[in-house]
Amino acid sequence: MTAHAEPHADSRHGDSHHHDDGAAHGTRRDYMIGFGLSVLLTAIPFWLVMSGTIQSKQVTAFLVMGFALAQIVVHMVYFLHMNSKSEGGWTVMAMIFTVVIIVITLSGSLWVMYHLNTNMMPMMTPEAMKNMP
Amino acid sequence: MSSANLIPDADTAVPSFYLTDEPDHAEGGSTMLGFWIYLMSDCLIFAILFATYGVLGANYAAGPSPKDLFELPLVALNTAMLLFSSITYGFAMLSAQEGDKRATLIWLALTGLFGLSFLGIELHEFHSLIHEGATPQRSGFLSAFFTLVGTHGLHVTFGLVWLVTLMVQVGKYGLIAANTRRLMCLSLFWHFLDVIWIGVFTFVYLLGMLR
Repeated sequence: MTAHAEPHADSRHGDSHHHDDGAAHGTRRDYMIGFGLSVLLTAIPFWLVMSGTIQSKQVTAFLVMGFALAQIVVHMVYFLHMNSKSEGGWTVMAMIFTVVIIVITLSGSLWVMYHLNTNMMPMMTPEAMKNMP
Repeated sequence: MSSANLIPDADTAVPSFYLTDEPDHAEGGSTMLGFWIYLMSDCLIFAILFATYGVLGANYAAGPSPKDLFELPLVALNTAMLLFSSITYGFAMLSAQEGDKRATLIWLALTGLFGLSFLGIELHEFHSLIHEGATPQRSGFLSAFFTLVGTHGLHVTFGLVWLVTLMVQVGKYGLIAANTRRLMCLSLFWHFLDVIWIGVFTFVYLLGMLR
């Protein structure tokens, strides 16, 4: 508590994510909130899959992916202390760039390879190939 | 008239195209941004491994499928270990900010123990998989699985090496500025590995069991 006496001032405003000293760090409250949310967001998808509460596998899969996305955001905010101000906004810029590349890589690979698999099944006859779109 | 005006007055203004004073950089001032960019590039490595798993994940080659192999209770335990290690590392950082060297070391040691148990459980899982004949050579699914999960495990291993190194450093030199900076870098690294693990347990284990 020598150089950064801000946590007290911040907790008064109810928002502890606006340090201006570049490197962000959280408070004990931040870590506990993040931990609680993470436990919830981990336990629910495991419970969904292990108990099979929801009959439809597709709905379960979408829910599980939704929980994963939510938990990634929780980790980013509460554990990695991401905010638009740290390092003058450059960490966010780097992250947005990375996310764009990841989305292109993942969706591109899955899309292309899925179509390749579907259109080049070994049981497909040459006649059927001609009629493919 | 116009041509004379274009030549600047040499006496009053010497044009300079560089900074005459070097901007003042504090030591380590750009370390956190640089480390963040490293993490983002590491993120791309994992993105490629996830994409590979997504493409090859259903190629069982008449071998075992996720349902035959994975034990979700074990994975849940593993996830809990990594999550606990994340929160203990957070407490270590808080203690470091308060300048409490003893508490920092204790929390770091706890983090190391949780990380070690995570690795132990993962190695146990790998061992039982290989014992059942589900080796990386068995099918495309297993190659992709071992590469993705193994790369994450390697990251955790090196994170542990780094953690022990930093504990020695903090024990020897205390919470000096350089050590605090290193602790913050490892903090980013450690929490980042937890973020990657969210992707692993979701896409590999949970969605694998649903397939």
